[in-house]
Amino acid sequence: MKAGGDHADRHSGATTFREALRDALREALTADDRVFLMGEDVGRYGGCFGVSLGLIEEFGPDRVRDTPLSESAFVGAGIGAALAGMRPIVEIMTVNFSLLALDQILNNAATLRHMSGGQLNVPLVIRMTTGAGRQLAAQHSHSLEGWYAHIPGIRVLAPATLKDARLLLGPALADPDPVLIFEHGTLYNMEGHLDPAVPAVDLDHAAVPREGTDLTVIAYGGCLSKALAAAEELAGDGISAEVVDLRSLRPLDDAAIIGSVRRTHRAVVVDEGWRSGGLSSEISARITEQAFFDLDAPVERVCSAEVPIPYARQMEEAALPQVPGIVAAARRVVS
Amino acid sequence: MNSAGETSTAGHQGRRTKAKDSAASHDRRLLRDMMLIRRFEERCVELYSAAAIRGFVHLYIGEEAVAVGVHQALTERDAVVSTYREHGHALARGVPPKAVMAEMYGRVTGCSKGRGGSMHLFDSGRRFYGGNAIVAGGLPLAAGLALADRMRSRDRVTCCFFGDGAFAEGEFHETANLAALWELPVLFVCENNLYAMGTALAREHAQTDLAMRAASYGMTAWAVDGMDVHAVEKAAHRAVTSIRAGGGPHFLEARTYRFRAHSMYDPDRYRPKDEIAEWKRHDPVTGLTEALRSSGQLTSARLKKVERGITEEIEAAVAAAEQAPQEPVESLLEHVTGRDEEES
Repeated sequence: MKAGGDHADRHSGATTFREALRDALREALTADDRVFLMGEDVGRYGGCFGVSLGLIEEFGPDRVRDTPLSESAFVGAGIGAALAGMRPIVEIMTVNFSLLALDQILNNAATLRHMSGGQLNVPLVIRMTTGAGRQLAAQHSHSLEGWYAHIPGIRVLAPATLKDARLLLGPALADPDPVLIFEHGTLYNMEGHLDPAVPAVDLDHAAVPREGTDLTVIAYGGCLSKALAAAEELAGDGISAEVVDLRSLRPLDDAAIIGSVRRTHRAVVVDEGWRSGGLSSEISARITEQAFFDLDAPVERVCSAEVPIPYARQMEEAALPQVPGIVAAARRVVS
Repeated sequence: MNSAGETSTAGHQGRRTKAKDSAASHDRRLLRDMMLIRRFEERCVELYSAAAIRGFVHLYIGEEAVAVGVHQALTERDAVVSTYREHGHALARGVPPKAVMAEMYGRVTGCSKGRGGSMHLFDSGRRFYGGNAIVAGGLPLAAGLALADRMRSRDRVTCCFFGDGAFAEGEFHETANLAALWELPVLFVCENNLYAMGTALAREHAQTDLAMRAASYGMTAWAVDGMDVHAVEKAAHRAVTSIRAGGGPHFLEARTYRFRAHSMYDPDRYRPKDEIAEWKRHDPVTGLTEALRSSGQLTSARLKKVERGITEEIEAAVAAAEQAPQEPVESLLEHVTGRDEEES
């Protein structure tokens, strides 16, 4: 992948998701000399998706550290460095590659605090790209953040907005435990205006970017824009959809999800992960457990088809949650 | 640890500089440290048979010279990363037998508050980072601990113990390359006991000269007689001195042997009896005992006193663990995250 263009006009507050992530990295590296960025091609190449472009020139190769292609070693080294007082940010190119480091993430990062009886903690941030939509086929396109959200001991975040791209990293680095940040690959070029007055965000709470009364559409990451587009289309038909942006996949903000469903009495969960045993299953189960008697219709789910993500454009599009599918699910629950 | 005849194993506080420490008392201390590990584990076998302790228990018996020898070159500043066969490493590091025994019992007074057990001993104050039961899983951690030291210009070494089985794992390859590439202050100590669980070295490695293979990563590497505590000590000093001088990672292949089965579950069908008997002739504990006795540096009375001191210390540890209260299950969800919550 090439770094891609950052054409946004910084002076007008316009920026891109990629640039917002980079600004967050720059701020973190500037604010705390314990922070360093490490991963494959984060330095001289500029990051495989261009997020860290220019940072090696600013901060040097010690703190913007290119690694060998050794996911397990450099993720584990990030854990070890965190144990020794550093605040590493480890970048993994894609979630599929993170499986090569799954041993370190699950067996060490997530468990050291517990296994040691609370003596150790791992203040590590791991960033990785997730998701499909770029015709990268079945080894670069999956959405496995739901797997990670299964694991006690770690926090899982999925920024879907410029604001979160810019502001999640600070509190993630301040967290005493491992934080995994999933950046959907289709968002890097997303442009928009970032309000410089927004001082901080928290990690625990879902957001409600669109309020509504007839149903709740729950989405995160790369599917948030699809959920919002669906809500817009539904509004044209007089259906008022509330959209919840999860932001945090672990812990889930039950209060926000359940609170919204109690008001609207209907829910559609949108998840680019597979349906079987996925995050959408968990959310649906929690709604059933906590708000069953408030529901006026069964919970609907819009997920990826049960297939490795294919290359051909029309096949990939058909495999993923899309606006028409979300709209159709919404119509079913309000009918 | 302290000199022979003393009952405390308060670790580094008791360590004297070698200049003040006569060769004889130094050797008696080495012997006592090895005997403590040996007796501690022999007691664990009894307790396991009595069902007082459970889970997987991997005994280090036979390999004591490696842990004790290597630790002579380490200071409290340094870090230790270990495996699931780590009772010896923990005790040599100075983790009190009382804390280790309580952990075996699953008590909250244990060195991991009973959450880890035999395979997951931790002591952050002594920079003992466990206790890793994924073979080779501790190696990347060691590189990271050393990376932090290097980035902060700290004069510290991270010592990473692992076995010949771990050498076959991808994480060894990845970490050896990373540590050598970044010239990290890591001492890799490969305890080659000739078996990855039940698979003999030649059945798991196409090339069984592990030190030679380690050297190919650009590390200084050599093999040492892991049954000879003096040889291990000397090699460790040489390696650690070089690492502290900026020599990058070093690799020691300690050729050793476990006298017991892989774990308490293991019927040990895969090792010839005469092979075990032959290695037992090189027992580091009896070897050093006999050497000290024949040279007049250890009298029968003194040896008895040492043994009695160790027995008392271990029995006190057992009694304390037996008497320690069970942690109430209400605290089950503690030590998962730093937040007070655990959702759901």
